[in-house]
Amino acid sequence: MDIKPILSALRRHKAGTVLIALQIALTLAIVCNALFIIQQRLAHLSEPTGVDEANTFVITNEWVGSPSSQRADAMMREDLRVLRELPGVADATSSNSFPLRGGGWDDGIKLTPDQVKDTSGAAVYFGDDHFLNTLDIPLIAGRNFRPEEITAMDVRDRLAPPVAIVTKPLADKLFPNGDAVGKTVYFVGNPTTIIGEVELLQSQSVERWASAFAWRSIIVPKRLAVSLGVFYIVRAQPGQLDAVMRAAPEALFKSNPRRIINDDDGVQSYATIRAKAYEGDRGMALLMGVICLVLLAITAAGIVGLTSFWVGQRRKQIGVRRALGATQKDILRYFMTENFLISCGGVLFGALLAIAINLWMVTRFEMHRLSLAYLLAGVLILLLLGQGAVLAPALRASRVPPVEATRSV
Amino acid sequence: MFAYYLQLGLRSLRKNPLLTLLMVLAIGCGVAASMTTYSVFRATSNNPIPQKSSQLYVPQIDNWGPESNEDNKGEPPNAMTYTDAINLMRDKRASHQTALFPAAMSIVPTDPSMLPFRETSYAWYADAFGMFDIPFLYGHAWTSGEDDSHAAVAVIGKTLNDKLFNGTNSVGKNINLNGRDYRIVGVTEKWNPEPVFYDVINTNGFDDPIQVFIPFTRAVELQTTTNGNNNCNHDPGKGWDAWIRSECVWVGFWAELPTKSEAGAYRQYLNGYSAEQQRSGRFRWAPNTRLRNVTEWLDYQKVVPQEAKVSLMVSLGFLLLCLVNTVGLLLAKFMRRSSEIGVRRALGATRKEIYIQFLIEAAAIGLAGGVVGLVLTGFGVMGVSLVFEPDIAKLATLDVSLVLLTMLVAVLATVLAAFYPTWRAAQVQPAWQLKSN
Repeated sequence: MDIKPILSALRRHKAGTVLIALQIALTLAIVCNALFIIQQRLAHLSEPTGVDEANTFVITNEWVGSPSSQRADAMMREDLRVLRELPGVADATSSNSFPLRGGGWDDGIKLTPDQVKDTSGAAVYFGDDHFLNTLDIPLIAGRNFRPEEITAMDVRDRLAPPVAIVTKPLADKLFPNGDAVGKTVYFVGNPTTIIGEVELLQSQSVERWASAFAWRSIIVPKRLAVSLGVFYIVRAQPGQLDAVMRAAPEALFKSNPRRIINDDDGVQSYATIRAKAYEGDRGMALLMGVICLVLLAITAAGIVGLTSFWVGQRRKQIGVRRALGATQKDILRYFMTENFLISCGGVLFGALLAIAINLWMVTRFEMHRLSLAYLLAGVLILLLLGQGAVLAPALRASRVPPVEATRSV
Repeated sequence: MFAYYLQLGLRSLRKNPLLTLLMVLAIGCGVAASMTTYSVFRATSNNPIPQKSSQLYVPQIDNWGPESNEDNKGEPPNAMTYTDAINLMRDKRASHQTALFPAAMSIVPTDPSMLPFRETSYAWYADAFGMFDIPFLYGHAWTSGEDDSHAAVAVIGKTLNDKLFNGTNSVGKNINLNGRDYRIVGVTEKWNPEPVFYDVINTNGFDDPIQVFIPFTRAVELQTTTNGNNNCNHDPGKGWDAWIRSECVWVGFWAELPTKSEAGAYRQYLNGYSAEQQRSGRFRWAPNTRLRNVTEWLDYQKVVPQEAKVSLMVSLGFLLLCLVNTVGLLLAKFMRRSSEIGVRRALGATRKEIYIQFLIEAAAIGLAGGVVGLVLTGFGVMGVSLVFEPDIAKLATLDVSLVLLTMLVAVLATVLAAFYPTWRAAQVQPAWQLKSN
């Protein structure tokens, strides 16, 4: 196929050529970045928590009338007894927070008492000897808390746990040699011995501010005995989740009515908690997806429109070419090649634009660098889109009869 | 003439229905996407207290030192220690000032059939009501004297008053908060600034309106824990008293400084205060203070969610593409009518008249696009909750100004896109067109 005549024809349609190329360039730039955002958000929202999410739910309990710490602790222990005895419950625990809650207690951990800067931040979870079993996170080294190690704590008490269990990412950060168990770290200024290590336990927040200590969690042998800010985490036996979620608050109110368990978010399954935690990510991916699709559709429609116009304008020339011996295939190939050339110009400019936009977003919105795979995927999508869009008008052009050459002029 | 051209324009909409439909849909989609995301952006970047946003200031005092601020570009902590807040309250260097924190309050209704419940509650000083221009439905704020005497008084919001007292004047009645009685001195009208500038730190800017206000001094006396963030750089030690005296930051602070010179003087005062703390040995670093007004504070705290910015950017890119697309389609549409233009020009129409005719035709297309865009924006605003968290999504609404803006953007954008195709149409040589047919 000779490209020269196509190029000289394009020179006579500068405006249309530039418009199509520009559309393709803009579409490529937006689609690449959008696809990249989609991929990042989807990867983020499919990260595991380590919790047996299918069977676990969380109750947010609040005591009325500010009971003393001792009283709150006694009532909480009674609640835990009620929950554990409930039919269908595998195990229950209380904590100051839970993975994906959205916020909570985090603190710095040091390796020596006089260290100025923290070695790592960590999400702090309060837990008793049932904590690991309830969340269904297995120990990979060391041991669990013993019942006698668990102590109650008021909100203004000093958090000075003599022992703690850490996640593997935290252990690896603190002790890269992999021998964290048995070591002493300084936590809230006090020495704490690591007695166990678990594989996985997500932080309370998966937002950007908490990303510095994602997966780095520390579990301390404490019950938070306060009127507000206590959560019961309950794991139901397989298949019993719905029934237990209904029965648990009823049983708690029956045992002690002086409490608040909010109607709308007092009892939440992990599916709900996960959906809420990643609402923004899922929404963003959805929005970008919709915008991509509409964008591609509009660009395709634009190509169809402009090419149809060209074909209409050139009916006579096509007729002449056909009369001079060009086959239908030649005409088809002419328009396909023409579109390909324009698209190539468009994607070239678009690729540069995509990278420029991405670099700008990296500085403005703490995004990551665009990976080349997305650029290539985008280029491929747009070249195919161009060819697909031009097919219908090109076929119509190829069906222009040679006799057109003889009509008027 | 205008009416005639508009009529021509509307008629030509029907001539190439497919092409026209494409344009109208493209413009509609582009406008709808940008208007939907703009509605969220507008809500989140709203000035919550325009009449006073340059008079209310958040002072910050660095009580942690350079070691702890290193990761935060040397910025002082976002909140204050109890010590500093009380000292600033005592010195009263601003015309009005208040320390505040979200207090954990449960309300115990006198009606035994009602279960206890929780409402957004804040502990602050009497000055705050005037500073934040909070309107009262019944009664008034408590007095500074009641601040000083740690009085058991409360101001409640309209919603809570409706719930507990069926909307009747409850001033003088008692309300049970955390098991203790408070005398109600005032009921506020609906007061719901968005974003909630007074406590960005604990709410990220979006929360339910406050329903219970009690004196800061009373809340502290009763050792009421903050329901918000508490950040410590060192172990505060055991017990309430140790915590209150510690360097943990958890108190919000606002000062009203009506003029620039007063703000300048307050800056000097903050530095002087810090220098004094340095001399007394509490700070081991030079004064490092900030004083930001509402606008600067919301900006510094990045209240506009990143999602809102990114999606607005993407939508604007989308609108741009729709316009490029419209330029192309309009070009095709107008050039197809070269012979018609030729005839009109030959019959004496000037270039200017061609310009006007085609721009009005484009405006007609823009108008149609705007109507489609309006419908799609309506759906878009309903779907905002899929992308943004509920507290933010409920702020995005399709109001009169958004409707007008949608139509305006649609028409303006289309007319703008029509300039080049119109110019090309006006360049059509009448002789050339007449010859060929």
